[in-house]
Formats: sequence, C-alpha cells, structure tokens
Amino acid sequence: MLLAACGGTGGTASSSPTSSSLSGYINVFAAASLTASFNALGISFHQAHPGVGVNFNFAGTPTLLAQIEQGAPADVFASADTTNMGKLTADGYTAGTSKIFARNQLEIVVAPGNPKGIKRLADLAKSGVIYISEAPTVPAGKYSLQALASAGVKVTPKSLETSVTAVISKIELGEADAGIVYTTDIQAAGSKVQGVQIPAANNVIATYPIVAVKGTKYSDVANAFIDYVLSSTGQSTLETFGFLSAS
Amino acid sequence: MRRERVPIVVLVPAAIGAAFFILPLLGLIVRSPWGDAFTALTAPETVEALKLSLLASLSATAVGLVLGVPLAWMYARVEFPGRDWLRALTTLPMVLPPVVGGIALLLAFGRRGLFGSWLDSTFGITLPFTTAGVVMAETFVAMPFLILTVEAGLRSMDRRYEEAARALGASRWRVFTRVTLPLIGPSLFAGAVLCWARALGEFGATITFAGNFPGVTQTMPLAVYLLLETNQEASFILSLVLLLISLVVLVGLRDRWLGSA
Repeated sequence: MLLAACGGTGGTASSSPTSSSLSGYINVFAAASLTASFNALGISFHQAHPGVGVNFNFAGTPTLLAQIEQGAPADVFASADTTNMGKLTADGYTAGTSKIFARNQLEIVVAPGNPKGIKRLADLAKSGVIYISEAPTVPAGKYSLQALASAGVKVTPKSLETSVTAVISKIELGEADAGIVYTTDIQAAGSKVQGVQIPAANNVIATYPIVAVKGTKYSDVANAFIDYVLSSTGQSTLETFGFLSAS
Repeated sequence: MRRERVPIVVLVPAAIGAAFFILPLLGLIVRSPWGDAFTALTAPETVEALKLSLLASLSATAVGLVLGVPLAWMYARVEFPGRDWLRALTTLPMVLPPVVGGIALLLAFGRRGLFGSWLDSTFGITLPFTTAGVVMAETFVAMPFLILTVEAGLRSMDRRYEEAARALGASRWRVFTRVTLPLIGPSLFAGAVLCWARALGEFGATITFAGNFPGVTQTMPLAVYLLLETNQEASFILSLVLLLISLVVLVGLRDRWLGSA
C-alpha cells in the first residue's frame, strides 16, 4: 500500500493539520500481525505529514529479517518479537536502539460458533480437532509452544504455517479447527472467526520493538514515523486494534 | 557444419540473457558454506524432505501421464466444440500464481470445498495436510507442461504409420500402444520430465493447499523456504541440490531425447 503525497493540486491544503516540512518516502517492514493497525497508522501519519509517503511490506518477522539482511530497501523494521530484533541489531543493520511500541497476547482461534467446543488449551489435543500452528521460527509459533508447554498440553499440529495470517485464513476456509494467534488477529478477522481466551497463567505476552534501519535515506522521516507510533495518538490507535500498551 | 559468424546484435543480448540466468546460480554457489554441505545434506529433516519431494513429484508425474496423455490426445485428434477453451483452462496453472492455484484447490477439494465437502461427509477423506494433497497441488501446477508437450508431439507425428497399421488389421489399442506411443516417445518423455521438474520445485500451491509439516507435506522447496529464516547457508545448499538434480536431468534429456526429436 502506498500513500503518496499529492500536494501541488491546490485547494485542499487548508485541511492540512500541520505545516510539516518532512518529505520523502519510507519503506516500513512490519510483522504480519501489524497489517491492519499499521495501515491505519500510515494513513494518519500521512495526513499529519502530507509530504511523506509510507510504503508497507508485511510478512512474517523472520522473512522480513532475511529480506533486510539481503539488502531490501527497508527504512523501519517493526518486529513481532525481541529475538529477531536482537539478530538484526547484532548483525549491525539497525540505526539506534529499538523501542518497544506494543504488546500482544495469545488467543485460540476457532470457527464462528466454536463447532468443536474448544474451551481451553487442553482441548486442542482432543481427537478430531485439527490444530495448526505457525512454524517455530515465526514468533507466534514460538509463543504458542511456550503457552502449550506451560499448560502441560502435548499436541502435534497438522501444519506449520509461515505466518499468523496463514493460520487464520485456514481456519476461515474451514480446513483447520483451531490455532493459536494474537488477540489482534482475531479482532481484525471480525465475524469470520471467533476467539477463545487463554488464561493469564498460561498466556505469553509478545513484545513488539521498532527501529530505524541503518542506511535509510530518509532517517528524519523514519524517526518521525517511529515517534508517531510511540506517541499517545499512535498508542491509542494500536489499542483500538486490540494491542496492549507498550508499558 | 560450417561455423557461422554470430552478428553482434544477436551476441550481446544473448550474452546478457545467459548472464541473467547464470549470475544468480553463481551467487548461490559462491555463498554456500561447502564445508557444512555434508552436515546440511544428511540432517534428518533434509533427508525426510528430499524423500517426500521425490515421492510426491514422481507420483504427480505418474498422475500427469495417466490423465494428461488422454487429454493431449483429445486436443490433437478430436474436433469438438470448446476445444480451445478447454485447452486454455487445463493449461492455465502455467500462468496462474501458484498460491492462487492452492486457494482454488482448497475451494474445490478442501474440507468445505465444492467436491471436498462431499468427499469428507461420504468417505471421511480430507486432502489438505496430507501427502495426497501435496501430489494434487504438484499435479495441478505441473501437468500442463506434459499436456502441451505431448499434444505437440502428437500433432507433428506422421499419421500414415497409424493408418498403415490399421489397414493391416491392428486394433485401435494396439495401434496406440505399438505405433503411436513409440513415435511420440521423445515428446512423451520430455513432457514427463518437464512435468516432474516443475513438480519438484513446486512451492506456492503446495504450502497453501497441503500445508507444511515435516515428513507429511514439507517438500524440499518448503524446507528451503523455512531454513532461509533460520539457517540461510543450509538453505543455499539445499537449493543447489534441487538445482543440480534438475540441471542433470535437463541436460541429459536434451542430448538423449530432445536432440533426436
């Protein structure tokens, strides 16, 4: 999605809320679970700074990491875990230190009406339930394993999908009965799926760090976007999408 | 044969074209950690994925031969209304994004699919997340290559041999197996190998329709994709193995079969 600046046409400038002098295009590489919320943030950021264009690349966090390390033109990296962020930092691809901007928790995703009657993590191991997971390389897959382990549940997934969005779409299509995803994903999917809460004792809180990528051409825009995400406006937008606040 | 001087307007773009294919391959070769090659190749996950890949791609080729040769024969020999449209429909996966192909397969053969829901309610058979699902996804994407190659073979063969055999009293089946098949042998073999090579490299339709689980649906390309995120160097090595298998087959093919066709 590209939110290009269309200044210079005249007549619409009066609605601009600020006299921002920022200009340039940035590519934000963001975890798949941020798709809806970051698209919304991108629109409001562009409204505040009409001279900038924000381009998003959403994918599973490890995919983004591999893309950046192979030279993809990323300006901002928003990760769904601190492990992948740590790798990018250790490999010297970040400019400055990363900041936590959101937290997310896990929930079980099932079809509307919960036809298999899944009430707790242990129900995922019931016979006749097709449980699918994210691959352990994907943060959500790693957290799912932690949640299942803390509840003492042993279950073999039928498939290790490459992102939370892939898990949700297979639940929506009816190919699988249950998966573990983020609360925000269930909220974003609306009426097509239903969530089953995981008690806090077994839940895992995912922390999302954001950072500017080394070598960005528009570091002022990149930093402004990060500040915007961390600002009270950005935080309340994230909360409307189901994220927990950063602190 | 007299060696012809190649005009520069042909040579330069041809060289760029060749470099375009060779450079990425070279990139993989240069960046692969050859010292770890043996460890990467003998890791249980790799062996498992390689075995599954071979099994699934060979099965897809077998299915392709059984279903694709009759289709090709229909296209080449029978005039029927809508033939061009049907041919286009059955070769569409060649240009369709494989992920879309995978979704389409789910909508048809998935648990809630048009045909899949009947399969599930009547026989209790579900195809997604099974090795059979992998074979289906690979067949869907790869069979068109076989159909088109075999159809071309059938169209270009000299039909007088068939007519002579018929005139001498051979049954239609006997003519087909003893005259037609040997005559189109090279195209049949080439089509089967192209189909197999395409099936071996299939990724998008497989991960969408069949999912990804080691030993059941995780073929080599899927394993390579996931390794890319945890162990890039190992994924380079595995990619090279896939490349090497295909390269050997394609080169061997050219000399032995395509060259004489």
